[in-house]
Amino acid sequence: MGYGFEALTYNIKDGYLEGIVRGHKTGLLTAADYNNLCQCETLDDIKLNLTATDYGEYLKDVPATLNTSTIVERCTQKLVDDWSHMRAHADEQLGTFLDYCTYGHMIDNVVLIVTGTMHDRDHTELLEKCHPLGMFDSIATLAVATSMRELYRLVLIDTPLAPYFSMNLTSEDLDEMNVEIMRNTLYKAYLDDFAQVCQKIGGSTAEVMGDMLAFEADRRALNITLNSIGTELTFDDRRKLYSNFGLLYPHGHQELSMAEDFEQVRAAMEKCPAYIPIFSRMSYGESQMLDKLLYEEEVRRSVLTFEQQFHYGVFYAYMKLREQEIRNIMWIAECVSQDQKSRIHDGIVFVF
Amino acid sequence: MSTQNRYPVVPTVTVLAVMKVRLQGATKGHALLKKKADALTVRFRAILRQIIEAKEAMGQTMRESFFTLIEARYAAGDSIRHTVFDNVEQASIKVYAQQDNVAGVKIPKFEHVKVGTGTDLKMDLTGLGSGGQKIQNCRKSFTGAVELLVELANLQTAFITLDEALKVTNRRVNALENVVKPRLENTIAYIKGELDELEREEFFRLKKIQGKKQRDLEKIEKQKAEAMSAGGNAKVPSLLAVEDPDIVF
Repeated sequence: MGYGFEALTYNIKDGYLEGIVRGHKTGLLTAADYNNLCQCETLDDIKLNLTATDYGEYLKDVPATLNTSTIVERCTQKLVDDWSHMRAHADEQLGTFLDYCTYGHMIDNVVLIVTGTMHDRDHTELLEKCHPLGMFDSIATLAVATSMRELYRLVLIDTPLAPYFSMNLTSEDLDEMNVEIMRNTLYKAYLDDFAQVCQKIGGSTAEVMGDMLAFEADRRALNITLNSIGTELTFDDRRKLYSNFGLLYPHGHQELSMAEDFEQVRAAMEKCPAYIPIFSRMSYGESQMLDKLLYEEEVRRSVLTFEQQFHYGVFYAYMKLREQEIRNIMWIAECVSQDQKSRIHDGIVFVF
Repeated sequence: MSTQNRYPVVPTVTVLAVMKVRLQGATKGHALLKKKADALTVRFRAILRQIIEAKEAMGQTMRESFFTLIEARYAAGDSIRHTVFDNVEQASIKVYAQQDNVAGVKIPKFEHVKVGTGTDLKMDLTGLGSGGQKIQNCRKSFTGAVELLVELANLQTAFITLDEALKVTNRRVNALENVVKPRLENTIAYIKGELDELEREEFFRLKKIQGKKQRDLEKIEKQKAEAMSAGGNAKVPSLLAVEDPDIVF
């Protein structure tokens, strides 16, 4: 469909859901809410403050002995409920898009269960640890497979992740390959696939989502490079983990894979104009703040997607914003519970 | 002077000698134990100071390490804990116990050794996708905390053992000082007293004998004088005829 013509037909199928998502967006915590949260002294204060927001009904019957993980769990539960509600109403095309958004968590769950079964952990306990968004019906059967080959043949074949496994992971790989490399290879295949789906949908979705995914791919490339400095990950292994799209795709990756220390990474990233502001805000040689800056960039881009209408990017953006909000709440709750109030503002990324 | 506070002994010279030797032993023992107690106290004070420092440092390190844990969870997402739990196989730090000797007191000494073998490679890449550096920071700070914990354990065991040893030694020193030595001294004094008394009795007896003998001699002298004066020419009785009792010492 040509660019801009979706305005004619978009609302027929997805108008209702877009309204819901924009409604959820207004429910996100504002800077004022965060300031109140920062003033809290105990976890109960936090619970009190949160009951005033959309999280109210989720925090009602919280057990007396409150701890940070229950708060985070309840907030995630809210995201999961919203998401499944939307997924239920979505029609075919939007449905696949929404599923694609959750494949990231699904990969984490599968990797979790795979490592779990390798170390023969108890299956029910493993299932509890999985992220609710990344669940799929045959996840329970994953636990039944004993060897990796059997796991691959029996279970993974009919999961949405099947193409990622078959494309670049042979069944022997599954056994001895480092779990992180496996996770990132899967993630790379997933991001490439997701980008193609978005291009197929076309129109402003392709444009908006193209930017978002490009940023995601470049962020992962940056992280992989930074985290693998000084480890035994060889350069070409590192290069293999970079996605096949994004602003850094052909040239930036070449340089990134050669980088030995933070300065070289910084030089490589600054060649790309879009990422210069991120690094400019960071003083030299100090890579501690990088994670937070990347989160800020992601939030900034997600909020921008809400400026346009008639595209699916708003759903992806909403999920990212909500996850960031949960991270903020987790950070505040942890700081309060360990009374590190002085450092509470280091971790908060304001959405509005 | 010799109150009841002494050993029940037979006051003879040999026992006196034994008591003297025992007194000497007690004095030397007391001096040695005093030295040992002082050495222990010095070491005890030093350890006390170290413990206070370690405890403060511990509070701070623990707070710091738990904060790095939050950062790691923030950057790498909450599920990273599960991956780490599943991938860990054996401990990366092991603690060995050895025997240390302070002024004769045996103190267990703990040593932590890093066992960074194969597991290093596997765990290095955790959080490759996001937040890996924060995880390595967290790992470093917790290793530091473990080292501090081992040191603190070291100090505390030393503290307790030394405390015990110090109490025992002090008790011995005081016992020697306040009970054993006075008793020995009293016993010695008592024996000396008894011996003096015996001597005096002996002396008195000898004098008595001497007096008696003196009197006998005078009696004989007198008889002789009388005989001389009465008989001028009477026969002088021969001395052999005088019967003397045997003197037995």
